[in-house]
Amino acid sequence: MNNYQQRGFFANVDWVTILLYLALCVIGWFNIHAAVYDENNPSLIDSSTQYGKQFIFIITGLVIGTVILLLESRFLSSLAPAMYVVTVLLLMVVLVAGHKVGGNQAWIDMGGGFRLQPSEFAKFATCLLLARYLSGTNVKVTDPVSFLIAGGIIFLPMLLIKLQPDDGSTLVFCSLIFVLYREGLSPYFLIVGGLLVTLFITSLIFNSWYVVIAIAIVATLIVLSIKRNRPLVFKIIIGAIISMAFVFAVKPLYNKGLKDHQRKRIDVVLGLTQDKKHVGYNQNQSKIAIGSGGLWGKGYLQGTQTKYAFVPEQSTDFIFCTIGEEWGFAGSVVVMGLYLFLLLRIILIAERQRAPFSRIYGYGVASIIFCHVLINIAMAIGLMPVIGIPLPFISYGGSSLWSFTILLFILLKLDSNRMGIIYA
Amino acid sequence: MNSFFERRYVVAGIFIAFILVLLGRLFYIQVVDDRYVAYASQNVVRKMIQYPARGPILDRNGKVMVQNEPVYDIMVIPKQVTAFDTVEFCKLLSIDRAGYDKRMIKARKYSPYRASVFEKQLTAELYAAFQERLSEFPGFFPQQRPVRTYPDSAAAQFLGYIGEVTDPMIKKSGGYYSPGDYVGITGVERSYEPVLRGQRGVENWMVDSRNVRKGSYANGAFDTSAVAGERLVSSLDMNIQKFGEALMRNKVGSIVAIEPSTGEILCFVSSPTYDPNLLVGKERGNNAAKLYKDPYKPFFTRPVQALYPPGSSFKPLDALIAMQEGMINPQSVYVCPGYYTSGNRRIKCFHGEVHGPVNLTQAIAHSCNGYFDMVFEKLVNKYGARNIDTGYGAWRQNVMKFGLGTRLDLDLPSEGRGLLPKATFYDKLYKKGGWRSSTVISLGIGQGEMLATPLQLANIEAVIANRGYFYKPHLIKSIGDKQVIKHEYTVRNYVGVDSAYFKPAIDGMQQVVDQGTAYGSKIPGIIMCGKTGTAEVKNKNDNSVFVAFAPRDNPKIAIAVVVENSGQGATWAAPIASFIVEKYLTGKISKRSSGIYPEYYMNANLLPPPVLSAADKRQLKLDSLKKTQADSVNKLKLKAASNNKPTDSPRVNKATAMLPKRKDNE
Repeated sequence: MNNYQQRGFFANVDWVTILLYLALCVIGWFNIHAAVYDENNPSLIDSSTQYGKQFIFIITGLVIGTVILLLESRFLSSLAPAMYVVTVLLLMVVLVAGHKVGGNQAWIDMGGGFRLQPSEFAKFATCLLLARYLSGTNVKVTDPVSFLIAGGIIFLPMLLIKLQPDDGSTLVFCSLIFVLYREGLSPYFLIVGGLLVTLFITSLIFNSWYVVIAIAIVATLIVLSIKRNRPLVFKIIIGAIISMAFVFAVKPLYNKGLKDHQRKRIDVVLGLTQDKKHVGYNQNQSKIAIGSGGLWGKGYLQGTQTKYAFVPEQSTDFIFCTIGEEWGFAGSVVVMGLYLFLLLRIILIAERQRAPFSRIYGYGVASIIFCHVLINIAMAIGLMPVIGIPLPFISYGGSSLWSFTILLFILLKLDSNRMGIIYA
Repeated sequence: MNSFFERRYVVAGIFIAFILVLLGRLFYIQVVDDRYVAYASQNVVRKMIQYPARGPILDRNGKVMVQNEPVYDIMVIPKQVTAFDTVEFCKLLSIDRAGYDKRMIKARKYSPYRASVFEKQLTAELYAAFQERLSEFPGFFPQQRPVRTYPDSAAAQFLGYIGEVTDPMIKKSGGYYSPGDYVGITGVERSYEPVLRGQRGVENWMVDSRNVRKGSYANGAFDTSAVAGERLVSSLDMNIQKFGEALMRNKVGSIVAIEPSTGEILCFVSSPTYDPNLLVGKERGNNAAKLYKDPYKPFFTRPVQALYPPGSSFKPLDALIAMQEGMINPQSVYVCPGYYTSGNRRIKCFHGEVHGPVNLTQAIAHSCNGYFDMVFEKLVNKYGARNIDTGYGAWRQNVMKFGLGTRLDLDLPSEGRGLLPKATFYDKLYKKGGWRSSTVISLGIGQGEMLATPLQLANIEAVIANRGYFYKPHLIKSIGDKQVIKHEYTVRNYVGVDSAYFKPAIDGMQQVVDQGTAYGSKIPGIIMCGKTGTAEVKNKNDNSVFVAFAPRDNPKIAIAVVVENSGQGATWAAPIASFIVEKYLTGKISKRSSGIYPEYYMNANLLPPPVLSAADKRQLKLDSLKKTQADSVNKLKLKAASNNKPTDSPRVNKATAMLPKRKDNE
């Protein structure tokens, strides 16, 4: 059974995933170079520049990945609670003694110009603990107590991150609902979640009364088509009434529950305000940069919008601008294709695990990467309000790159050991 | 594997769906919607217009009439301004603190990162002082800008002026001009605007998000360099132009001199005039306002816009046309009893002089009204007295060939066409068939409804000097280094009178100067042929008119001089014309047998009382109502103004203003 292990540590590693990982890292590095390119100082490796630093981060990331592959799988599983506790503690420390960058108190100074972002590490720590908990015997998501505990595991770091306040990372934790769904959570959670988002957006754009009338019409049509099933009719009617109440609650919630800058960002995306100078500036410039790329792009280092600093945060949250501008739609397709390939590969890996722990963890990895990609790119092309969140493996930054590396390589480690039995 | 194995497809499906949505949106903004490409170049590319130097204008001898001189604007980039000694700064620019703040706010409003004008057009002294201490004022720098300068301060109405474009001009130009551009507003500056302005260049700059220049776009592939405006050589002779302006000082009127063999205008005086340099620089606005208020209207281009009755200067035309039409011959005699009877009208000769029997030459020499009324009546009654419409129409057509009542297409804006009414005009006035030759008889001696510009008068002399044709008068001799001459200026325009008929008329005109009305203006050694005119003006002094050309053979100059409301043609216009002619032909003024000399005419003040516009009068009234105490003072002032006629008022009938009169016949 353990023939594989005898052939070496890397024999069972999923090389396809590693290649995808490396491809994304290299694409990231080149585009960071382009984003901060200085015509007067064109060297590629210079530790004082962002691309120089990112090079170091990538190398370090590979070292971290290798170390993880050398670890014992059992070790990872048993260490999960400890890691979770440490991260939660760090998240608390950061709230008290953190370093502020761009309004978010999310960083811990490590000295030497390097800073650590505990929220990045909270992602895999939470995934690990969630996997550990849900893979336990007699734990079923459909059971309310288990559901609440699982929810609590997700909610605690989420709350601490929200207090920083880092909206992007907070949202990322929501994506773990996919994990719960895969493990048996009622699809109603997804449906209701999707419905609420739709209602929220439509209520903001249209007059509440129109939305209410629309709900009434849709509900009536559904009821008429399935009138034989009485309990379902009843459910739909109740649902419609709750939806209508929600519609009327949206505006007050929106006006009171959100902060001014958040509201403005949403208004810009929904086209409720035309503000290209201030709140909408970043997004508008980002759209211009990406949109001006055309089919084939302007070529490497030829992107004027990014080179001349029209797009802010262009090496981190808006790194996709450089890709879109210099590599065009072709480049966009390649990058999006790589991500989709990676996500599907992760699902495939997750599903081939014998151990529920590994599978659950795999879905956590996929959900988190998906959520990052979706929010980051949707934001860059004006489909979502501006939310600061890095593009996995591509955006500049050590914390982000390392945390994604750890997240992914833990899965690879678990996968390489999939034929073994995990003792939880 | 567990019971929810199928859900992997749902999750994968959701991932795929969202990624496809993102790709769809990316496809839309990157490939379908090309607005973003345009936005991107708007972001990055700045079209910097390169202004060409405006073309200079030279006189016919190559002397500069107008050229460009650098002035300095002080520019500021607000973001680069750091603390400095504002008191000292304001002192250097001679502005106050409030003015400083106002300018800075304006500049910051325009852009904190881009340069905008802080102070326009520093004088050389201010600039020198500022330049020395420039380093003390970070964020400020001087920018050179060319302005027009006029070394001789002359020929203002001819040159015209430039000014900022108006909104209608911008619209009309189809995007060529943008606000703040300077264009020719009047004069040659306007009529030759497309040539003078040159060709603009464009530099495409790449700028970053702070508008800092980062390099040139596409390595300058789309850049064009500015091409300087063409140099114009004008036909004017600056020597006689300045001399003419001096002679016309404190007089209202104009001088137009034409070179008959080319149509080139040698002298183009409109008086009163102004110093064109007043309309350049910081004080431009104030000066322009003052000039606009001037009751003598210095912006009025009298040589082409003022309309005068030609008076007796028209008479040679009658004779020429009548000879061509075969109505008279040079020997035809009219016995002048001192008047002419037409129908029941009696038109007297000047001062009731009796000329006795006169032939054509004598009639011109003595300016016999009777003779020319007779000629005119013959012409218009050629087809019978009842068919005056036809006869008059034919006469009018013949006169128009000389350029009267029609525009000569001078290369200057707003040329007047004069007045030469159609027969239908009289039909309307007197009903059809209700008028006879006697009704319009004054036209025969250049009075009545006939009005001409000084340019038209001078052009008629050019026709006579050429014995039957003229070149279109023009102010610009040639364009550019290649000395391009417009084709239309090289074509002879014949007036339909055979050259043979000119001799008797020219004989008469020579006698006018040799022994006739203008004998006082005879130039030693030069045969000048001329004709005085004293055109009556309602309720005012007569206009003094003199037209001439010289020398008689191979004429070099044809001239018309009008001095408004000053008296007889011989008194003022003829001497002035003779000085111009002599100065042009010989370059100096010789001692005249009549003893006249130019300085006398230069110093004479013949300004008529200012004509106050209705608005001015209202203002005066308002003022007087406001200040009742000052009322009497105001009245006194008004009175003084109306009495402010030239102290030197020798408006007596003299052959020249300086000399006792010999003959009264004009």
